[in-house]
Amino acid sequence: MAGLEDLYREIILDHYRSPRNKGELETPPATRTEGFNPLCGDEIVVYVDVDDDGIVQDIKIGGQGCSISQSSASMMSAAVKGKSVEEARKLTTAFKSLMSIHEANVGGDGSEAEADPDAELDPSIKLGDLEALQGVVKFPTRIKCATLSWNTLSQAFDEAAAAN
Amino acid sequence: MTAADDSPSPKTALDGTAIRADFPILHQMQTGADGEERRVVFLDSAASSQRPQQVIDAMDEIYTHSYANVHRGVYQIAERATNAYEGARTKVASFINAPSANEVIFTKNATEAINLVAASWGRANLGPGDAVVLTMMEHHANIVPWQMLAAEKGVEIRWIPVTDDGQLDLSELDTLLDGAKMLAFTSMSNVLGTLTPVKELVAAAHRHGALALVDACQSVPHLPTDVVDMDADFVAFSAHKMMGPSGLGVLWGRMELLDAMPPFLGGGGMILNVTTEGFTTDAVPAKFEAGTPPIAEAAGLSAAIDYLENIGMDEVRRHEVELTAYAMRTLTERLGDDIRIFGPAEPAARGGVLSIELRDVHAHDVSQILDEKAVCIRPGHHCAKPLMRHYGVAATARASFYIYNDTDDVDALADALVAARDFFAL
Repeated sequence: MAGLEDLYREIILDHYRSPRNKGELETPPATRTEGFNPLCGDEIVVYVDVDDDGIVQDIKIGGQGCSISQSSASMMSAAVKGKSVEEARKLTTAFKSLMSIHEANVGGDGSEAEADPDAELDPSIKLGDLEALQGVVKFPTRIKCATLSWNTLSQAFDEAAAAN
Repeated sequence: MTAADDSPSPKTALDGTAIRADFPILHQMQTGADGEERRVVFLDSAASSQRPQQVIDAMDEIYTHSYANVHRGVYQIAERATNAYEGARTKVASFINAPSANEVIFTKNATEAINLVAASWGRANLGPGDAVVLTMMEHHANIVPWQMLAAEKGVEIRWIPVTDDGQLDLSELDTLLDGAKMLAFTSMSNVLGTLTPVKELVAAAHRHGALALVDACQSVPHLPTDVVDMDADFVAFSAHKMMGPSGLGVLWGRMELLDAMPPFLGGGGMILNVTTEGFTTDAVPAKFEAGTPPIAEAAGLSAAIDYLENIGMDEVRRHEVELTAYAMRTLTERLGDDIRIFGPAEPAARGGVLSIELRDVHAHDVSQILDEKAVCIRPGHHCAKPLMRHYGVAATARASFYIYNDTDDVDALADALVAARDFFAL
């Protein structure tokens, strides 16, 4: 099915079929944060355990969703595990930029504005496998699927910071 | 039947291909990313239908020749506009067999119609200790207005459960209605297609001294409607699901109830007199139609009703039962155990709405592949999250039929679903 390969790259389907870090973590020490996509009803749960040095010791993903939201969550979990919260946040910014969303334009209500063409990205941030998701940009209704887990992770970090 | 089988598909009561000639939006071709051109197969009428040229022309006529504000101007154009608007009220009344056209209130949509009842009748008549009974298959439009009222007034909300085959479980109905003041329920589920026993439910509500509001959004466009026979107290529906325009809904209510209710929105058009001290309200329906109403939209709804009556609502229903039966049979034959169709197994017990689960392929992904084949369906929770939770699914893929669909459309749906299954085969 030509055309859809842009959206459904093999690596995306691989993460969808064999999601990494699926499951739950004990809370506490981990925090549990739910994210909702009101358009389709998808619900994602991010468990994240950040140690005293601000390192993501462990992360697990629960909930259900489409191939795009599930593979994005799976790749995200693999990418941020063992990284510092600061690095994970930079990765989030870079990923959203890939989705044509610039952090500074993300409204407080989670609404996502147009990309800022002047946005400057930290060139040291490497998205790796996550770049496979860039085809999503051509299917605007699916961008919220791809960003659901990342928005939930940001919220989890905020909640973890507030709890400490 | 398979994709390679060229034998013609069976006919249903209406000729969908001939009817599509009246719907310009359905003439367009959609080019897939594979470069192939396909006819658009529209299977999302439960969300919002398409409209025939006759409806577009009727609205065009208002804006081209007959547009002015209604109920005020004494010039000829304004009189034509008022006649078109009030003529639509009379036509709606006759279409649903309302005893009086004055019982027909035009709103923004069915959602606003239900909000009107919850806010106006609800605030005036309900308080702590009172109960409103809903069903687990309601659209959010018939849930959230009552939850808002419950939060404000301390009203209890009770729920009629659903069975696994998509029917209302009425075994505890009398207990649920005991002491209740309102039973608000759908006449046809927008997710399952289930036709609910409207008369039985209304009678049960009345037996317990409760009023009955029927969310008839999904049934009015597809079945003959008779509010007197239903014996309901309020009935709500939307023009855009019955080939009329968006931005217009209908609330029908019993005059004695409407008469006693306080106004909903305040403004011009709903008053008899305004002083610095206060205001007095005009009579029903003006009391509930504050501000400039949807004038061209009312003319569009009028034309949509003409179109439906020209076909005949019994024929519309017969066509959709036959098409639904063909769809359930075809999808089961083509996809076997890979497909789950929610709701009643008997086509005559449901409307033309099929919510499906395709193996473990998410509804979003199913719809994406179907779009590639120019088949338009709806993924998601269909604004019925309590029902989705009952079935343990976050989303379903929903195909819904109307008069312009035929068995060719069902075959295109089946082909596209097979392609989606194969694409995501694990």
